[in-house]
Amino acid sequence: MITYTVRRLLMLLVTLLIASFIIFGAMQLVPGDPILAMFFPRIPSEEVYASLERELGLDKPFLLQYVDYMSRLILHGDLGDSFKRMRPVGEVILQNLGATGALALGGILVSVAVGIPLGVLSAITKRKWVDSVVMVVALIGVSTPSFWLGILLILIFSLVLGWLPTSGIGGIERLILPSLTLGLYGAGYLARFARSSVLEVKYQDFVTTARSKGLSEIRVNMFHILRNALIPIVTMSGLLAGYMLGGAVIVETVFGRPGLGHVLVSAISQKDFPLVQGVLIFIVVVFSLVNLIVDLSYAYIDPRVKY
Amino acid sequence: MKSMRRLLREPRILFGLCFLLLLCLVAIFAPQLVPYDPLEIYPSETLEPPSVHHLFGTDNLGRDVFSRVLYGTRYSLALGLLAIAISGGFGIIIGLIAGYAGGKVDALIMRAVDVGLAFPSVLLALLVISIIGPGLPSIVIAIGVSSTPPFIRIVRGSVLVIKEMTFVEAARAIGVGRTRMILRHILPEVFAPALTMATLGLANAIFAASSLSFLGFGARPPTPEWGVLVSSARHQLRAAWWISTFSGLAIMLSVLSINILGDGLRDFLDPRLRGKI
Repeated sequence: MITYTVRRLLMLLVTLLIASFIIFGAMQLVPGDPILAMFFPRIPSEEVYASLERELGLDKPFLLQYVDYMSRLILHGDLGDSFKRMRPVGEVILQNLGATGALALGGILVSVAVGIPLGVLSAITKRKWVDSVVMVVALIGVSTPSFWLGILLILIFSLVLGWLPTSGIGGIERLILPSLTLGLYGAGYLARFARSSVLEVKYQDFVTTARSKGLSEIRVNMFHILRNALIPIVTMSGLLAGYMLGGAVIVETVFGRPGLGHVLVSAISQKDFPLVQGVLIFIVVVFSLVNLIVDLSYAYIDPRVKY
Repeated sequence: MKSMRRLLREPRILFGLCFLLLLCLVAIFAPQLVPYDPLEIYPSETLEPPSVHHLFGTDNLGRDVFSRVLYGTRYSLALGLLAIAISGGFGIIIGLIAGYAGGKVDALIMRAVDVGLAFPSVLLALLVISIIGPGLPSIVIAIGVSSTPPFIRIVRGSVLVIKEMTFVEAARAIGVGRTRMILRHILPEVFAPALTMATLGLANAIFAASSLSFLGFGARPPTPEWGVLVSSARHQLRAAWWISTFSGLAIMLSVLSINILGDGLRDFLDPRLRGKI
């Protein structure tokens, strides 16, 4: 287990190094001069341009720039400065992390609370129509674009009924609609996944044994089927956390919420490359770490898994 | 022919295929089907609610929303199909190479796939867009690139299984060469998972294309693309709920039916893939 963990960590480090290199390289490929973009629509004087070029290290060769960037990032946690906001990228990320974190948490909560019970119900029910209805609803969940769902929810709950605010942050009432919007896709996904996990366990021999011992149907469902089926379901819920980071980009735009997704979209439109680069690297690191933790925790939850 | 008939007897596949065919017909014959020119402005008919004359109402410039939604089919379907052609093409070729070659080549390719999977797919698409700039060709490339890694993984996984099968061993024993082995014996076996993956991928690509256009990185107004239609009307929700609602409904119904087709194909062709794709 320890060797496996160490090996996975090393592999993750390599993956992250390559990913950071790709992100850094991609930003160099972007057409246009970063210093000119910084001053746009004004044009800097030649002296200002030259001194900035030296200060930012843009006169150095690409590989050296990358090494500089990474060493500052690893040694000092420094992601450089945003061109447009004139502040350190790290500061911008930290400032927006809370809002995105709350949204992602809300999204996971909705996905888990809605998706898992529906999927399990659909698999253990003996009524065919319940199963069919739940699966159609789940399929609609994974087929509804979140930007449209968000707009529909705003239309119904804010504009027509007037129950909830349309945008902004602060207070749980401003988190409800965005969380629902972000969570519905995950709920549909989890419902489908939970159903097939339960079905896989449902017909195994030990379930037949439990039944033939004369255990009640509830006991069989709760302690024999569900306990075993829940392991992959919990894992999948963890993996959804990564999806939430991507989905936040769209949901934050729809609801006009501040957050990392919003920062990223506006940074791309404004050609604020250090910020795009910093946010992407940050999200990729978080995403990969979450996936690794989920993967490793699998072994702890399921004693049958051996690495 | 017999298996074709069996395929069509599966209700989900039949339904999905019919809907996809309908989408294609609407896309091809959009100019003949629309009651109004999707770009023509009628200043006297702005923001009219749905009626017999304007089934989906009109927008703030008096353009007929129904005509615009019908035209949108062209963009979404074309964007989706092109993106899937990229990810499917590269996914199958690279997946075949990785799975068949094994060893260092496989390890190298799978490392690259890992790096691709380290990005949430929306972000990988956004990274590509920040390099090549926004626009319709950009989102095709962005979505194509960002959906290639999972494609490679599925194809490679299938090849690894097929490679060990007796018929491959038999073919090798009678001296079949590498190229012929891949093209004549392994590729046809990869067809089933690749088709399922491509169908579900098409749904995702339509989804992603409209999302990127919604964010302002794909089509631009006045192009009647579905994501643009939803986005440009979202600030007039109070005055005109119908524009965003019907345009979004078109996206959802298309994605839903293609997903139904994909689910049906997966269960029909290879039920073992359930939960993996």
